[in-house]
Amino acid sequence: MPCTEFSPSIFTRPVYADLVSRGAAPAIMLADGDGAEALIDLVARDASVMEQAHVMFIPLATNHGARLKALGAPSYHESPSFAACLERFQKALADARMGTSLYLAGTEGLIGQAMALAVAAGLAPGAIQAEHRGSIARRMQCVHCKGVTEAVTTDPFVCSHCGLTLFVRDHFSRRLGAFQGVCVDAETPGIVPPTQEIQP
Amino acid sequence: MTSQMLRVAEVEVLTPLVKRFRFEHPEGKTLPLFSGGAHVVVEMEDGETLRRNAYSLISDPQDGSGYEIAVRREDRGRGGSRFMHTKVSEGDPLRVNAPVNLFALDLRARKHVLIAGGIGITPFLAQLRQLTRLQLPFELHYAARSRAEAAGLKLLPQAPMIQVHLSEEGNRLDPGAILAHQPLGTHVYTCGPEGLIVGVEDAAQRLNWPKDVFHSEAFLSPPPGKPFTVTLTRSGLTLTVAPNQSLLEALEAAKVEIPWSCRGGACGRCETEVRSCKGRIAHHDHWLEDAEKSAQTKIMPCVSRFEGEELLLDR
Repeated sequence: MPCTEFSPSIFTRPVYADLVSRGAAPAIMLADGDGAEALIDLVARDASVMEQAHVMFIPLATNHGARLKALGAPSYHESPSFAACLERFQKALADARMGTSLYLAGTEGLIGQAMALAVAAGLAPGAIQAEHRGSIARRMQCVHCKGVTEAVTTDPFVCSHCGLTLFVRDHFSRRLGAFQGVCVDAETPGIVPPTQEIQP
Repeated sequence: MTSQMLRVAEVEVLTPLVKRFRFEHPEGKTLPLFSGGAHVVVEMEDGETLRRNAYSLISDPQDGSGYEIAVRREDRGRGGSRFMHTKVSEGDPLRVNAPVNLFALDLRARKHVLIAGGIGITPFLAQLRQLTRLQLPFELHYAARSRAEAAGLKLLPQAPMIQVHLSEEGNRLDPGAILAHQPLGTHVYTCGPEGLIVGVEDAAQRLNWPKDVFHSEAFLSPPPGKPFTVTLTRSGLTLTVAPNQSLLEALEAAKVEIPWSCRGGACGRCETEVRSCKGRIAHHDHWLEDAEKSAQTKIMPCVSRFEGEELLLDR
């Protein structure tokens, strides 16, 4: 599966490019699902990128793990979920020095959250790269109750915290690593537009 | 552009080549505050010539009782620093423009590494006070050739995070050693001779630092050169730019309206479109992209010159 191409939208909608190797320098690599293939492709372009890499992988429903591990990073670890991986990821950030690159690959939920944590840990935006692969499901924040609903695939959707029906906006919060969902029937309670699949 | 007449309140000789000047409002009024790294443009009436030179502010950014600058005499320069050294004394009035900052601290950084060479220490003297007030982690490295030439020694406090590198005493500044093993979130700032700036930039690149954490300020003054002629399409004038004059100064002398701010090829305010160019523009600025420079469709009149048959500008 190649890097996802999203249709042009508003300025705050993140765009992603292919990962570019920054050479045999210290690196933290975090991928979920088909994001593993972005790392595999990166190594095919420059094998030296793995020399000082700390790889963390969340397989989701894929079986890319064995191939990713075979790339020979000095440290490789699989976690069942981002929440399970969080402690390890934050420890890697805390131990990092200037010159460390972060490579993110996979779903927008993973990329957004990891990027927000990395920037909060002091990593410069210029040291972070992200490539989108796999599900186009969005991590949505309800602007009313502030609860985050993971893996949203339809528009509108129901907030898993407060139960409002929310319109899926392209407005992305880098601080939260989430898109913004706004009540779709505030003026006309109960009159909700037909549900559609979210498009790239 | 707001400017006001200030009074020279103090002149101090720091080294044989560097003097410190303090400006205060003649009626003791408070001056606008600034941020570390800001500069002011000082206007000097030198006979027929009006010179405007930019100098970094070295005093406390939160202290509005006066502005202080340190000026190094450049005997091979165009005369501005020589004027400051030989013709300005305590009590004199001088027109000073409001502070502008093109070299501000990036306050998203978790640590600031400041690397100065020679008179390039000046913007960091104000930043030092800002960093101290904000209680932010920093280290300052100041390189000079010898103790006698190091004007900064009299202006820097004694502190463990301030290190002086004197090459004459075998303690040369090594940018690679300074940048290795810095914590995540460090930004580096450098000001001084071109060689130092390039050295720091190379070290940062070699250590895989992203571009967005590298900040530099080269103090450019308009380089002298051969005289040249320029034609202005909107004002219908043809001017000759003298060897010791910048194109911007020639435009000002002819009363042509042109915005400016840094007068050193960094801020972009005076960017001017080239209507026709038969010859070569000598681009000296840090503003235009390389492609724009080679296309010869834009010029920064504050520092750049021309050699050739015809230069037509949209002014």
